[in-house]
Amino acid sequence: MGKLILGAPLSAKIGLLVIFGYVFTAVFAPWIAPYSETAIVGSSYELWTEEFIFGTDNIGRDMLSRLIFGARNTIGIAFATVVIAFLIGGVTGMLAAILGGWYDMAISRLVDILMAVPSLIFALLLLTIFGTSILSLILIIAVLDSTRVFRISRSAAMNVVVMEFVEAARLRGEGMWWVIRKEVLPNIMAPLLAEFGLRFCFVFLFIAALSFLGLGIQPPTADWGSMVRDNATLINYNDITPLLPAAAIAGLTVAVNFVVDWMLHLSSGLRSD
Amino acid sequence: MSSLTKVILQRLGLGVLTLFVVSLIIAFVVELLPGDITQAMLGQSATPETVAAFRAEIGLDRPAHIRYLQWLKGMLSGDMGRSLASKREITEFIGTRLSNTLFLGGVAAAFAVPLALFLGLLAALYRNSLYDRIVNLATLTSISFPEFFVAYILILFLSVKSGIFPGISNVSTDLAFGDKLFRTLLPALTLTLVVLAHMLRMTRAAIINLLSSPYIEMARLKGTRPFRVIVHHALPNAWGPIVNVIALNLAYLVVGVVVVEVVFVYPGLGQLLVDSVSKRDLPVVQACAMIFAVVYILLNLLSDIVSIVSNPRLLHPR
Repeated sequence: MGKLILGAPLSAKIGLLVIFGYVFTAVFAPWIAPYSETAIVGSSYELWTEEFIFGTDNIGRDMLSRLIFGARNTIGIAFATVVIAFLIGGVTGMLAAILGGWYDMAISRLVDILMAVPSLIFALLLLTIFGTSILSLILIIAVLDSTRVFRISRSAAMNVVVMEFVEAARLRGEGMWWVIRKEVLPNIMAPLLAEFGLRFCFVFLFIAALSFLGLGIQPPTADWGSMVRDNATLINYNDITPLLPAAAIAGLTVAVNFVVDWMLHLSSGLRSD
Repeated sequence: MSSLTKVILQRLGLGVLTLFVVSLIIAFVVELLPGDITQAMLGQSATPETVAAFRAEIGLDRPAHIRYLQWLKGMLSGDMGRSLASKREITEFIGTRLSNTLFLGGVAAAFAVPLALFLGLLAALYRNSLYDRIVNLATLTSISFPEFFVAYILILFLSVKSGIFPGISNVSTDLAFGDKLFRTLLPALTLTLVVLAHMLRMTRAAIINLLSSPYIEMARLKGTRPFRVIVHHALPNAWGPIVNVIALNLAYLVVGVVVVEVVFVYPGLGQLLVDSVSKRDLPVVQACAMIFAVVYILLNLLSDIVSIVSNPRLLHPR
């Protein structure tokens, strides 16, 4: 593992380092942040001073503290969503590859239909119905995104289930879950891992966009997307403060994309794109 | 030729079927809510009379299939019902919104398509050169940027600092074309930057794929000049993948428009959709979602058909 990382290109190394920094900030947020996430500590839109390194936001909360707590909330929610999406999509996808027949047919058609409409449009429609709570946000996006995971895991598992060792496992009477866990899953881990990175970027940007539109993570929870929205007027006064949370979002997705790019390159040998 | 028309008709049929199922989903998504939508929207304290009036207003008192048929008939004949929030006929205001959005998308596409094709072609031709590596890094970075980040950076530099463009694109119907175009430029530029990276990467991949085919190598080996190889040998076969890339990204642009419209307060369909979602104005959301879905599905259908027409191998599947 260490050797692998040492041999990575510079962009991937930087990416890994940046991701580590974000995770560190997210985990240790309460110890790093100077103020609490929701405390009003000054008047609104204070300038950058020693007391408030990045100033205060529209109702006088410390910008830096909210940025730090935002790492925890924004990344945590996106991560939970992707994990659920992979559980749903991964299991149904592998089952579709193993079972085939009408089950595969039915789920594949359903996924085709769900993917025929942009997920932002579907998500907005569902959020109108269910309202904007964190739970409904996570579940809606997880279900919509599991369609992409289904496609990948199904097509990857398709190539594995026709192998002799899977046949042998089935012939000696192993159960379905055993086959999925011990035979199929280890062999499709590499593409799934790269896909996990890509899906994380997508979901992360997606939730940020929804929060920016005021339909995602709701106040007073600190979250980068809604922080951009709340402080956007400052841009018109030549103040770059609202760009900070946006840059925080961009920084993480760039880092993940660099690492994924390297992983794709590794797993495919010589890919052209 | 007859097999070609047959395949195309099949795809068209599939597209119509998809549209039908999607319209079913959009119409019946209301039923997904456990309990009753009226309670969720009016709150627990609503009296039975207001609940009944609200149910009649959004048509929940009629059986589901009749409600769907009426809704579909309305959609097709241009009567989309009334907004819950403003009580106005949706058709009254959705037309100008749609034309504004299409205008914005059109301007963005007019920039993005030629630029992406040109830069992508260069990256493919000079593969693994310094230029190619820079393009790879730059596009990877820009794919990772949220749309609003790009938008606010552009506002900061092109509007606030230099004052070239207005930071708000409040276009209205009575503006002259030139004025409207000028106010649309900044959001269009944002959208261009957003789709450019995707389109460029896809163009590059498609061209590289093509250049590695044996007949191109043959042309090179027999000593044809590079320019001739590109124009006479590669290009005729590249149109399929290229049009495919364009159509896919236009579909992508349709969705990207939502966030950009909100940033620039551009009075388009996307902003209307977002406003209506926060007001939980279901009929308007359904109408907007249906329009977005139709445009998206049609563009994907178009790219599908073009790739069939231009690729003989897809025409005769084994």
